[in-house]
Amino acid sequence: MSAVGVKARTGSTALDLVLRFRALGLLVALTALVAVTTAVNPRFLGGQSVRDVLFAAAITVLLACGMTVVVLTRGIDLSVGSVLGLSAYVTASVLAESGMPTGPAMVLGLAVGAACGALNGVIVHFGKVPPLVATLGTLYVLRGVVYFLAGGSRINASDLPRAFLDFGNGRLLGVPYLFAVAVLVLVLVGVYLGRYRSGRDLYALGSNPEAARLAGLPAGRRLMTAYVLSGSLAGLGGVLYAARFGTVDASAGFGMELNVVAAVVVGGVAIFGGSGTVLGAALGALLLTVINNALPVLRIDQFWQQAIIGALILAAIALDRLVSIRAARALRQKGSHVD
Amino acid sequence: MSTEAPARRRDSALLRAATTWDAAIIGVTLVFLVVAAQTVEHFGTARNAGYIILDLAPILLLALAMTLIVTTGEIDLSVASTVGLTSAAMGVMWNAGMTLEAIMPLAVLLGAVLGAVNGLFITGFGLPSLAVTIGTLALYRGLAYVLLGDTAVADWPRLFTGWTLGNIGEGAVPNVLAPMAVLAIVFGLVLHATPIGRSVYAAGANPIAAAYTGIAVGRLKFWLYVTSGAMAGLVGVLWTLRYSSARADNAYGLELTVIAVVLLGGVSIFGGKGALPGVLAAVVLLVSLQNALRLAHVSTEALTVVTGSLLIAAVLAPNAASAVRGALHRRRRRTA
Amino acid sequence: MSRIRLLRYTAPLLALALVAACGGTTRDDADDAGPADEGASADPNADFQTGLSIAMLPKSVNNPYFDASSSGAEAAATALEGTFEYTGPSDASASSQVSYIDTLSQQATDVILLSANDPNALCSSLDQARAGGSVVVTFDSDVDPACRDLFVSQVNSDEVGLALLEMAAGQIGGDGEVAILSATANATNQNAWIDVIESELESNPSYADIELVDVVYGDDEDEKSFSETQGLLQAHPDLSAIISPTTVGIAAAARYLSGSEYKGEVALTGLGTPNQMREFVTDGTVTEFALWDPTALGELAAYTGAAAASGIITGAEGETFTAGDLGEYTVGADGVVTLGPPTRFNADNIGDFDF
Repeated sequence: MSAVGVKARTGSTALDLVLRFRALGLLVALTALVAVTTAVNPRFLGGQSVRDVLFAAAITVLLACGMTVVVLTRGIDLSVGSVLGLSAYVTASVLAESGMPTGPAMVLGLAVGAACGALNGVIVHFGKVPPLVATLGTLYVLRGVVYFLAGGSRINASDLPRAFLDFGNGRLLGVPYLFAVAVLVLVLVGVYLGRYRSGRDLYALGSNPEAARLAGLPAGRRLMTAYVLSGSLAGLGGVLYAARFGTVDASAGFGMELNVVAAVVVGGVAIFGGSGTVLGAALGALLLTVINNALPVLRIDQFWQQAIIGALILAAIALDRLVSIRAARALRQKGSHVD
Repeated sequence: MSTEAPARRRDSALLRAATTWDAAIIGVTLVFLVVAAQTVEHFGTARNAGYIILDLAPILLLALAMTLIVTTGEIDLSVASTVGLTSAAMGVMWNAGMTLEAIMPLAVLLGAVLGAVNGLFITGFGLPSLAVTIGTLALYRGLAYVLLGDTAVADWPRLFTGWTLGNIGEGAVPNVLAPMAVLAIVFGLVLHATPIGRSVYAAGANPIAAAYTGIAVGRLKFWLYVTSGAMAGLVGVLWTLRYSSARADNAYGLELTVIAVVLLGGVSIFGGKGALPGVLAAVVLLVSLQNALRLAHVSTEALTVVTGSLLIAAVLAPNAASAVRGALHRRRRRTA
Repeated sequence: MSRIRLLRYTAPLLALALVAACGGTTRDDADDAGPADEGASADPNADFQTGLSIAMLPKSVNNPYFDASSSGAEAAATALEGTFEYTGPSDASASSQVSYIDTLSQQATDVILLSANDPNALCSSLDQARAGGSVVVTFDSDVDPACRDLFVSQVNSDEVGLALLEMAAGQIGGDGEVAILSATANATNQNAWIDVIESELESNPSYADIELVDVVYGDDEDEKSFSETQGLLQAHPDLSAIISPTTVGIAAAARYLSGSEYKGEVALTGLGTPNQMREFVTDGTVTEFALWDPTALGELAAYTGAAAASGIITGAEGETFTAGDLGEYTVGADGVVTLGPPTRFNADNIGDFDF
């Protein structure tokens, strides 16, 4: 790489490189994992197995997109598992009991998610409650609401309309609808964050909230957008969950927030805001899913799964730190040359 | 206490704010206890008080160290997983034939080491404590499962399990109250009457200024995490013996309750503010509230909702109060 | 320097304090832990007392299986003119059950019906409850027999193990690889049934061509059971049948199979509820499975508890009592009352059941 090229394209190239490096690193890790697992059991690359991974990854990818948007603003949304549970239960129960047509029921599930997201946004922005605390609180409260609604009842696949279940388990040219939806959302959120003014604002808000406010960014509106988006995607995740699994009870999505946060952090989104992409987060989600599905094939005790997730989070943030220190040093050196 | 620090007016203002919230939460707790004793059947008995003390012991012990950590502006989400891992490790050591007298100090030591790992990542590598302890939350719980799987180790000697459930002498005061009270006093003294405590507040209120005044902020935080881990190890011992069951899922999800009581007790999540008496009152309030709701046949759903709402309210209420104060203040200034 | 030293000394000090305190205490709970009514004699001709307070404490509320049990127990409580309460934690952990047991024992509940999350962790609380005069009847999942009065077992372990194996063998023509998708690795019931299956495979010549290749655990979580099924099929290409002796597991496995290329190729049987499995019997994924009626189980548990509280039985082997419409039952060894053989469900009879 020539020094001229670097100079001509200013400091953001280094950042780009870091980000690309992360996506690249994740791809390498994914490939290696798939290669090893396939060597042990060739069926791992079989059609059925790949479809299983895509099905399983779809919902986590969806939630990771929403989480990315929130984390970019220096926030976090721990309530996604509860929101997913609430939306899944509401959607499934109106389909099973009130005979509402599939389309409106799905929109209802999405709306439930958006409302929960708005609640988070209001508490964070107007209540000035730190996101960690606010969404930890709504994690409890919304799960309590699901318990209250569902009690001990469970909605079974046989209660749900055929078309709804077909959507959850169907495929288009071999690709599950669910995964196609997740990819579509990924592209839309990616374009929004990268190309639109209000999307770029989220990065600004996350890297320096004070400066962003002084520069006249409508911080409140942007924060609300981020939380409503995260809530809506969790709501959509709930709808897809109901369609995919058919069985919905009060525990749907319990504890899912840990996986989503892990996917986002592993995907290179900085926990203190301002940097990261949905593509990285989606690759993070995919990697975690593949690990999950590879463990039984590799005959590794399933009890290792959570420990591996934890170790990956630590490794990812340590790597981020290392890369940013090196980048800062490189920038300093470059600066001194110019002077 | 304010007479002790005549030169630090800003700190005394902070202290005053904290004491107000302290007084409020202590008052609410006392009122609640009195009202519940009058209205909820079986609540005001010595036996029930014993149950409440047993139930709050792990939360209180974890909250002591958490108070210090949150006051420095950091957080430790891994405490409950540390409890689980030390409990699982105790099971493994017991199965290997070690004596409980040897296992207990080792379990506390293990907790301290796990805390040191947190501390190293956070202060040594300069990583955000939120992300690090989410990572170790998963890692430690995962390792607990790796150690014990889904099995339980249950054949603990009656002498020890009986002690954790027994009462002092022939009275109605549980044995666990004694070490709990000693530790609460130690932590209270350290936070409110020693240079360490002042460093904790300084590090939380303004880490850069604290560093300039010669406080080794990193080293302080590191040892706080070690302490937090050791306390979690101690809770692991207590938990294992109280339920005579070493399991990987022990204390699952307890970190949320611990953070809830610390915030409810008036400790600011941004650091620099808070006091131990308020946190102690919050522990008593939360646990006795849950106890009273159970006695009053209120459903489990309500308990979940109450915990979550209290958590949000704990931060929302002082914010709202200061907003109102601010508005009043502005009006007064305008009329003056 | 001094503050670091102070912090450093905190940890060992705590440990020392605890050890020292333990050493000085000699009170042993085992001494006063005997059941309150030990030595009382049974009066088989006594009537059921009316006005008993009966409480059911499931592994966790929000579980359809225990919902069904509670409706049976409530019916029994109503028939006996007693009061009924269904209460419990929302997470299936032993420690949260302890708090609920403490609450029930303070309220001097006459009969506690319990499905335990841990066989040992609940014992000291149960001892206290019994010392206070409550009758403790476990159902579905037992604790250490010393800590309860009676246990109402859904079925005899041997019968379940044999029925599971018989159904599986029948569906694969007595030849092939079989795997088990269980609940948690320390689930008492499932492990007992798996033991029966393993020993029967070794000893019974008619199962000589069947090989048990794997046991995996779905932890009674839907998603986990689902992905464990996936893993099983990938790890064992020649798998002929999956036995899942847990309602959560079999439903998840059936859902996976019905949407995969293995549908109809790999047989699935186990323990499931008709409502959950109806769809998969209709679409041909599952031929036959079994289960007991959880409602009847709850009803029997309530009658057993009421009989013990009324002095009709004490928990000794050979005592008999009448459990309403369910008929007469006899107490077996270790204070175990058994509901009866499991019911098998297939395309012919599944329409007759609704639970």
